[in-house]
Amino acid sequence: MKWLGTALRELAGLFVEDGSFAVAILAWLGIVWLLLRFGLPRDWARDWGRDWAGVALFAGLAVILIESAWRRARG
Amino acid sequence: MRKSADLALSVSVLGFCHRIVQRETARERRRSRARSGARKRKVENGGDRVLTDSWAQAGPSIVAAFLASLVECVEALTIVLAVGSVRGWRGALGGSGAALLVLLAVVAVLGRALTLLPLDLIQAGIGILLLLFGLRWLRKAILRASGILPLHAEGAIFAREAAALGQLAHGGGQGGGWDGLGFATSFQATMLEGVEVVFIVIAIGAGKSGLLLPASLGAAGALVVVILLGFAVRRPLASVPENTLKFLVGCLLSSFGAFWVGEGMSIRWPGGDWSMVGLILGFLAAASVAVRLCRARVRKPAPTGGGILR
Repeated sequence: MKWLGTALRELAGLFVEDGSFAVAILAWLGIVWLLLRFGLPRDWARDWGRDWAGVALFAGLAVILIESAWRRARG
Repeated sequence: MRKSADLALSVSVLGFCHRIVQRETARERRRSRARSGARKRKVENGGDRVLTDSWAQAGPSIVAAFLASLVECVEALTIVLAVGSVRGWRGALGGSGAALLVLLAVVAVLGRALTLLPLDLIQAGIGILLLLFGLRWLRKAILRASGILPLHAEGAIFAREAAALGQLAHGGGQGGGWDGLGFATSFQATMLEGVEVVFIVIAIGAGKSGLLLPASLGAAGALVVVILLGFAVRRPLASVPENTLKFLVGCLLSSFGAFWVGEGMSIRWPGGDWSMVGLILGFLAAASVAVRLCRARVRKPAPTGGGILR
């Protein structure tokens, strides 16, 4: 069973190196999804949201990347 | 009496005909629905074409798979060369070849299985994993480029592995016998690096129908290039600009991840598939800004190297 634990740890390591970085990415994806699904009450707002959600999604990810690297450089 | 019997017969014949017409109409409607559903699915999945029309995605998928596989193959080659030069080539090549066969089987099985799942689900799931994977690579490349983390030195890794293998008892290999240690070391190194290649190929290929082949071709091309170079120089490929490659691949994979996740959330990307190019340029710009900010923040000099994105 030890080899299974090692294999799973290796597999998880492919995606998660810095826990807070991974959590921030997942949280941002969750926020965008929730906003698109439940956060926009009117039809026109939902339409507008679908058009601009891509830009917002990218912008949030870019900010998370820059902040995480900058935080690591500081500490 | 006879009139009423005729009337009853006519009514029952008419009723029978009506039922037949109704049944046929319903059957035709079902057929038509099935046809339009198949057409819709075909349009959504990009049809049965082997290569997708959208070069905006096929191009980056070949490049991303090629560059990512190049990085991983170079890393695996270093270990295989160390095993081969210290323990003998039989175990080194045998272990590496066995690992490649296992990885090929994984691609064949998983790649096929993923095409059976709903596309939205795959795009969202694979997109999230691809984002985590790509942004992790990009963050590491940023930290290396700004001197916070040491650069990956293939020469040093080769020397360390060769020394470690040399210290262990010689169990064969050089004398022509079966070398279990050499086989296992080579197998493990190829599997470890190969799993990342497999994930990249499957993740890129599963996001849209027709992308698995370009991604596989990119990865296979990288493998051939590295094998030929390895045979030619017989030493680690230390001059490959690994961090630059990781930087570019991180941007490409993050772009694929963001795009798939967006598709899974039914986001309307401006410019359709061409927004992929915008995402790549956007991640490149963000990463360049991060490198500048990190360099300004670093107080002590870089542990090794110092060139820009070497």
